[in-house]
Amino acid sequence: MAEKGHPLISLTRVTKAYGSNEARIFALRGIDLTIDSGEFISVMGPSGSGKSTCMNILGCLDTPTSGQYTFGGVEVSHMSRKQLATLRRFYLGFVFQGFNLLNRTTAMENVELPLVYRGIPPKERKALARKALEQVGLAGREAHTPGELSGGQQQRVAIARAIATTPSVLFADEPTGNLDMARSHEIMELLKQLNREQKITVVMITHESDMAAYSDRIVYFVDGQVADIENGHAPAVKGGQDR
Amino acid sequence: MIWNTFILALRGIRRNVMRSVLTILGIIIGVAAVITLVTIGNGTTAQVTEQIAAMGTNVLLISPGQRHGPGAASTAPSFSVKDVQAIEEHITDLAGVAPSVSVSAVAVVGNQNWSTTISGTTNDFFAVRNWTMKAGRTFSENEINSGRTVCVVGDTIRENLFGDGDLVGQKLRLGKVSCQIIGLLEAKGNSSMGRDQDDCVIMPMKAVQRRFSGNKEIPFIQVAVKSDASTTTASAAIQSLLRKRRHLSDNEEDNFRIMDTKELASMLTSTTKTMTALLGAVAAVSLLVGGIGIMNIMLVSVTERTREIGIRLAIGAYEHEVLLQFLVESVVLSSFGGIFGIILALAASFGASKMLAIPFVPDLSIIIIAFFFSAAVGVVFGYFPALKAARMDPINALRHE
Repeated sequence: MAEKGHPLISLTRVTKAYGSNEARIFALRGIDLTIDSGEFISVMGPSGSGKSTCMNILGCLDTPTSGQYTFGGVEVSHMSRKQLATLRRFYLGFVFQGFNLLNRTTAMENVELPLVYRGIPPKERKALARKALEQVGLAGREAHTPGELSGGQQQRVAIARAIATTPSVLFADEPTGNLDMARSHEIMELLKQLNREQKITVVMITHESDMAAYSDRIVYFVDGQVADIENGHAPAVKGGQDR
Repeated sequence: MIWNTFILALRGIRRNVMRSVLTILGIIIGVAAVITLVTIGNGTTAQVTEQIAAMGTNVLLISPGQRHGPGAASTAPSFSVKDVQAIEEHITDLAGVAPSVSVSAVAVVGNQNWSTTISGTTNDFFAVRNWTMKAGRTFSENEINSGRTVCVVGDTIRENLFGDGDLVGQKLRLGKVSCQIIGLLEAKGNSSMGRDQDDCVIMPMKAVQRRFSGNKEIPFIQVAVKSDASTTTASAAIQSLLRKRRHLSDNEEDNFRIMDTKELASMLTSTTKTMTALLGAVAAVSLLVGGIGIMNIMLVSVTERTREIGIRLAIGAYEHEVLLQFLVESVVLSSFGGIFGIILALAASFGASKMLAIPFVPDLSIIIIAFFFSAAVGVVFGYFPALKAARMDPINALRHE
């Protein structure tokens, strides 16, 4: 989708406000950010700094109050609901902080869901879903419903659902928030691998610098603004030999 | 695409078994109640109509007593044999005139006894009342004139006192009177008033007057008018004849009553129709309650459904796909409940009509109305919360509490 010469994603003076008049609160106070195709970016910052809000806007789940958001050189704020849905369907993957899995639905069916909307035939769909579950280490749990899975397992189902479609951009809101160290690193290796091999652009919110260390760039959010962009790598504990 | 949506809808139904069952249950109860009650009501009406037809719609029932005012019957004189003869002689277009004297008595055979009603009458009675003989014969001229104690019995008497054996020629004791059975009537079933018509013993009128009532009064005359003649004309002719014979001056009211079975038929039919309407109204309430049940269940699950819709939108579902899915879900649930309700109603009303011995008369229009009402409730309350949710921004739908 990205044309040559354009960054994949570009935010210009993007704001997001909640409430009205005196009670108006700005969650984003003018964000400028560009992300190139194939990048692996971490977003860090204290709670309430607007990371998630920004991510929702990037993921086309929410609309900015003002400013421009272009995706692949196309202005997103002018898009119809249907166009936005198409964008989500074919180009974006999203791992939610709260997982947002369908209750009483098996892990398999949850992972299959975006593939169903893409119109992929059942046989292929099942194969892709099974592969994604294997990749997150949930082989054998296909028939379990979210209620029968631990928080960590639910998180991995959510990751599997997002990567099953091999999106252009994967947005992940604290994808390792509920996982132990070993499992967190496994997931990060997986994201890194997808980023490298399938050229999936990854944008990830994290609180852990360990995890941020896997990324190419770290964007720091403070009080609804981008405070700092760190190229290269944060204090690296592990990995970081990619460039 | 459509198939996909259908699969998603079926998955949705399967995931929410409890909600689905409750919705279906609401529809089943609503649909089944309405259809069952109306079908039973219709059956009752049909039965009444049928019985009146069996009784003959061209029959006039003549009894002493005023049309209005309580106690009038006791002071008004009964009819006499001469009245009956006068009707036979002077009124044209009559198919039969049957005087009738009824008394209660206990019929005894061996060690069995049965309390029944004896009607003393003539052979015209069988024609007027549409009775056919199953076995034996009617009265002979001689038996009528001399008042022999012979009788023709109804099927209930046979069933209770004789069983399956042949009873023609056997003896039956009625009170203190011994009586020979000469015939058996074909079974007719219950009358529109709920009385067992087969529970009867028919004897020559003179025998009843002499051995049971002890006087020559005739308290009841039934007249059959020829089928091509007007009952109204015959009724008026009989009225003026009887007024003359009973010496009533012009300013006096009738001290007898002539009832046309047509009149009776319309009266009874209107009664049963009112009853059907009443049953229908009660059933409509249950349909409404069922609808409110469905509505509640659907509204309670709005939060969950809103979140679900948010998830679907977030991972790339189009608004119309989500809506179609929920619509299909509602339609499948509602139709399933409706069809099940119809089947249940037909089974229940069929069973009830067998038990109440009334005809089974399902009414297609009621079935359709009940089905579509419940289906509409299910679809409207299943679909509109979904419509609202599908129009939200995905993030707001996801955050919905």
